[in-house]
Amino acid sequence: MRLIVPLRGVIQGRGGLFVGSLIPCCLFYFLQLYLKRRRPPPTDPTELPRTSSRTNLFSRGNSIGRVRVSSRAVPVAKPSDSPYYIGLERVKTDPYDRIKNTDGIIQLGLAESTLCFDLLQRWMSENLMESMMQSDDGEFDISSIAMYKPFEGLLELRVAFADFMSRIMGGNVSFDPSNMVITAGGTPAIEVLAFCLADHGNAFLIPTPYYPGFDRDIKFRTGVELIPVHCRSSDNFTVTVSALEQALNQARKRGSKVSGILFSNPSNPVGNILSRETLQDILRFAQEKNIHVISDEIFAGSVYGDKEFVSMAEIAGSGEFDKSRVHIIYGLSKDLSIPGFRAGVIYSFHEDVVNAAKKLMRFSSVPVPVQRILISLLSDVRFIEEYMTAHRQRIRDKHIRFVEGLKQLGIPCAESGGGLYCWVDMSSLLTSYSEKGELELFEKLLTVAKINATPGTACYCIEPGWFRCCFTALADEDIPVIMERIRQLRESSRS
Amino acid sequence: MGLPLMMERSSNNNNVELSRVAVSDTHGEDSPYFAGWKAYDENPYDESHNPSGVIQMGLAENQVSFDLLETYLEKKNPEGSMWGSKGAPGFRENALFQDYHGLKTFRQAMASFMEQIRGGKARFDPDRIVLTAGATAANELLTFILADPNDALLVPTPYYPGFDRDLRWRTGVKIVPIHCDSSNHFQITPEALDSAYQTARDANIRVRGVLITNPSNPLGATVQKKVLEDLLDFCVRKNIHLVSDEIYSGSVFHASEFTSVAEIVENIDDVSVKERVHIVYSLSKDLGLPGFRVGTIYSYNDNVVRTARRMSSFTLVSSQTQHMLASMLSDEEFTEKYIRINRERLRRRYDTIVEGLKKAGIECLKGNAGLFCWMNLGFLLEKKTKDGELQLWDVILKELKLNISPGSSCHCSEVGWFRVCFANMSENTLEIALKRIHEFMDRRRRF
Repeated sequence: MRLIVPLRGVIQGRGGLFVGSLIPCCLFYFLQLYLKRRRPPPTDPTELPRTSSRTNLFSRGNSIGRVRVSSRAVPVAKPSDSPYYIGLERVKTDPYDRIKNTDGIIQLGLAESTLCFDLLQRWMSENLMESMMQSDDGEFDISSIAMYKPFEGLLELRVAFADFMSRIMGGNVSFDPSNMVITAGGTPAIEVLAFCLADHGNAFLIPTPYYPGFDRDIKFRTGVELIPVHCRSSDNFTVTVSALEQALNQARKRGSKVSGILFSNPSNPVGNILSRETLQDILRFAQEKNIHVISDEIFAGSVYGDKEFVSMAEIAGSGEFDKSRVHIIYGLSKDLSIPGFRAGVIYSFHEDVVNAAKKLMRFSSVPVPVQRILISLLSDVRFIEEYMTAHRQRIRDKHIRFVEGLKQLGIPCAESGGGLYCWVDMSSLLTSYSEKGELELFEKLLTVAKINATPGTACYCIEPGWFRCCFTALADEDIPVIMERIRQLRESSRS
Repeated sequence: MGLPLMMERSSNNNNVELSRVAVSDTHGEDSPYFAGWKAYDENPYDESHNPSGVIQMGLAENQVSFDLLETYLEKKNPEGSMWGSKGAPGFRENALFQDYHGLKTFRQAMASFMEQIRGGKARFDPDRIVLTAGATAANELLTFILADPNDALLVPTPYYPGFDRDLRWRTGVKIVPIHCDSSNHFQITPEALDSAYQTARDANIRVRGVLITNPSNPLGATVQKKVLEDLLDFCVRKNIHLVSDEIYSGSVFHASEFTSVAEIVENIDDVSVKERVHIVYSLSKDLGLPGFRVGTIYSYNDNVVRTARRMSSFTLVSSQTQHMLASMLSDEEFTEKYIRINRERLRRRYDTIVEGLKKAGIECLKGNAGLFCWMNLGFLLEKKTKDGELQLWDVILKELKLNISPGSSCHCSEVGWFRVCFANMSENTLEIALKRIHEFMDRRRRF
C-alpha cells in the first residue's frame, strides 16, 4: 500500500485535505485490509499436493523435502570438538593392553576405579542372586522385581543410601531418606536439578577448572548456561567469594539471570577437598544473593589424603543458613565402581524440589532388580566398611606411586586429597605457554606418547599446561611404562 | 504449558526461586486418572484381607503370564550364571559398562523379539535400536529431538493420559488433538488429520509430527493398515515425522490383525520417506516387566539414531538389566511360546470381561489388543457432559470401589467412555469386579 496518495493532497495544498485525500486513502487502506483477510492463507511451501496414487508418492525420490529435527537436536549429533571426548574416542581405536597391545594408547582420561573389583566380585558372586530374587518368604517371586514401583526409589533403598552416605562422609552428617530421590546415575541427577532450579536461558556459576561432562549434562536439553568462575593455582584452584562476586556482577551486566552455584567436592578435575570455611563462604554468598547451591559430592568416598571431607549437607544442617537452597548429588559410579549399574542420588532440603524430582524420575529410574541388589549391598555394613577402607587405601597407594613417578621427571601435581585422578602441571613440556601450546601437547601425548590425559582447556582452566590424569584403573606395572613414555616425549621435543 | 500465572515460584516460607518446570502442574498428577490411584492406595483390594477394598482397574499392567517367566528363569538360571554373577568377565562388564550404544547382544535380542512379535513381516536392525529407561523416556526423548518448544505434535484422541506429561512437561512442546469418534470406531480419518493440522496453523503453531499408539491405548484396538498408509502419506505431504508407539504390539490377541508401521516402511526404498518414521517399544506391557525399565526408540533416520543415543545418557538401561534379559530374549523357543500363550490368555480375559459386561447391559468398543477394554457408559449419564462423566466415575469409585479411567482424562471428545484394565489381577478378582458391576446395574434398573 502506498503513502503517495495522501501526500499528494498535502503537497497540492488543497483545502479539502481531509475530504479530498485522507478519506479516500482510508477507504483504500480498509479495502486492502479486507481483501487480505479474505485471501486464503499461503500454503506451506514444503507441502506436496495430495496424490491419488500412493505408490507414486512413496517413490518420488528427491522431490520430497528431507524431514528435519528440532533446532535443539542439531548440535547434539555433531562430533564433539572437546579434547575430553576426542581423547576418549581415540583410545577406543587403539586401547593399551598389558599383554596383547603394549603399544596401545593408555587411558588416563576416564575417572573410574578398578582397584577393588576383587572385593566387589566376591560379594556379587555370594549375594547377587539372593539379593535380587528374594521376596519375604524366601521363595523366588518375580513380581517383587517385575512390577511398577515408585519411580523415586524403594524406601528401603533410600534408607540404605542415607545410611551409606552418612558413613562415608565421616559420620558427622545424617541424611533423611524422605529428602532423597534415586536416579539412573549422576548424569540424570544433575540434569533434573538443573530443570528444577533454573529456567531456559538462566545460568549457574561454576568454578573452573570443571568436569567437561557438565557442558552436556546441563546444556543439552535444559538450556541452562554455565558461567565459569576462574580459580588460580596460587589458591590451589579453590574458589573465592570475590571471584564469585565478580562473575555474578558481570553476568548481571550482560543480562544473564544466575540461579545457582554448581561445584564438585572433592573437586574434579583438581581433587581438592573444600574446607569447612570455604563451604560456609559459598553458602553465605548464595544466601546473600538468594540463589541455589548444588554440591556434586560423587567422589566423597574416594578421599585418600589427610584432609577431612565435609559435606555441604553438614553446613546446611548447622542452622546458620537457610538450607532450602542446598542440593546435593551423589552416586555409586566412583566410590563403589559400578557405573554400569546406573545409580545416583538427588538430595535436597527443599520439599518442592524433592516432589518435582520424584515426578521426573519416571524418565530416569533405577530398575527394581538393581535396586534390590543395591539395598543388599549398601546395607551390608561389614562389607561396606571393609570395601571403603581398602578403596581409600589403594587409591592412596596408587596416588603416591603416580605422583612420585611424575616428580622424578620434574613434573609437579596440584595438592589433592580426593578423587580418582591428579591435576598435573605439564607446563614445562609446552612449546608455548598458551592454550595452543597445551592442545599441541595434548595431541603429542596422544599420538606420540600414546597417553590420553584430559587437557585443562577442556575443563576451562585459565592457566595453560594442566592435565587431569586418572590413575585408578592402572596396575602398578603400568606406571613406569607411562613415565618412560613421557620422558621419551620430552627428550624428542628437546632435540 | 499449564503454568498458572499467579502462582508464586517460591513457596512455603522459602525465598529461593524454582524453575517453571518445577512448579508447573503439567505432570498432571492432580487429574482424576491419578486421583483414583490414590483411593486404591488407601484401601487396596485383597482377596483374603480386604475383600471390600478398591479394585485397581486403572493400571495397565500385565500379570497374566508371570508364571511363564518364573518357570523359564528357574530352569535356565540355576546358579545365577545368567545374571552375570559368575566369573570375572560377567561382573566386570556389568559394573563398568555404561556405553550409550548399549550391549550389542541385548540390542540383537530386542530386534529379534520385535521381529517375532510382527511374525517376521518386518526386519529390525540392532544398530538402529536406542535404549532408554522405559517407553516414557523414549517418548520424551523423541519429542526433544523432533520438536522445539512451542512446536506441536498431533495426537489422535482418546490418548494415554501420561502423554500430556511425557510429551510436554520438560520439552515445552504442545499436543494438538486429532479428534476421533465412535461413528467409525475411533479410527483416524484424513479429514480429522487435516482439521487438526489447520487448527495448529491457525494458532501459528508449527506441527512437527504425528504420534500414534498402535495398538491404541485406551481403545484396545489395532490401527488399520489403510489408516497407517494414509498417515504416512499425510506426513510426507506435510514433511513431518511419524512416531508409532507400539508398546502393546505383543498384546494383540490374533497376530494377523496387527500391522506395524515397520511393515509399511519395509517396502519403501525412498530414504526421504522412511527417515521420518520412528517406533517406540518397551518390555513393560508385553513381557510384564515394567520394573526393569527397558524401552527403545527404533528410528529409520540416522541423524535421529545418533542424537537419541547421545541423549540417552540421561536415561540409560542398567547394564545388569541388559545382561539379564539378553539371553532370555534371544531364546527363540521361549519367546515364541511366551508370545503365543500371552496373547491367548489376554484374549480369554478380554472375552470374559466383555461378555460379563454385556450380560450387565454394557457395551464395549470391539477391541483386539491390549490390557484393557473401552467401555461405553454414556447411557448412564444424567448429564451428557464431562462433569456428568466425572460424577459417574466418582460413583463407581466410591460405591463399587472400582478404579477405572474416565474418557475425559484421555481427552475423548465423546462423553461416557471408560477404560477398564483386566490384566493386572487374578481371574477371581476380575469375577468379583464383574459381580459388583452386575449388582450396580441391577440396582439401577429397579429404580
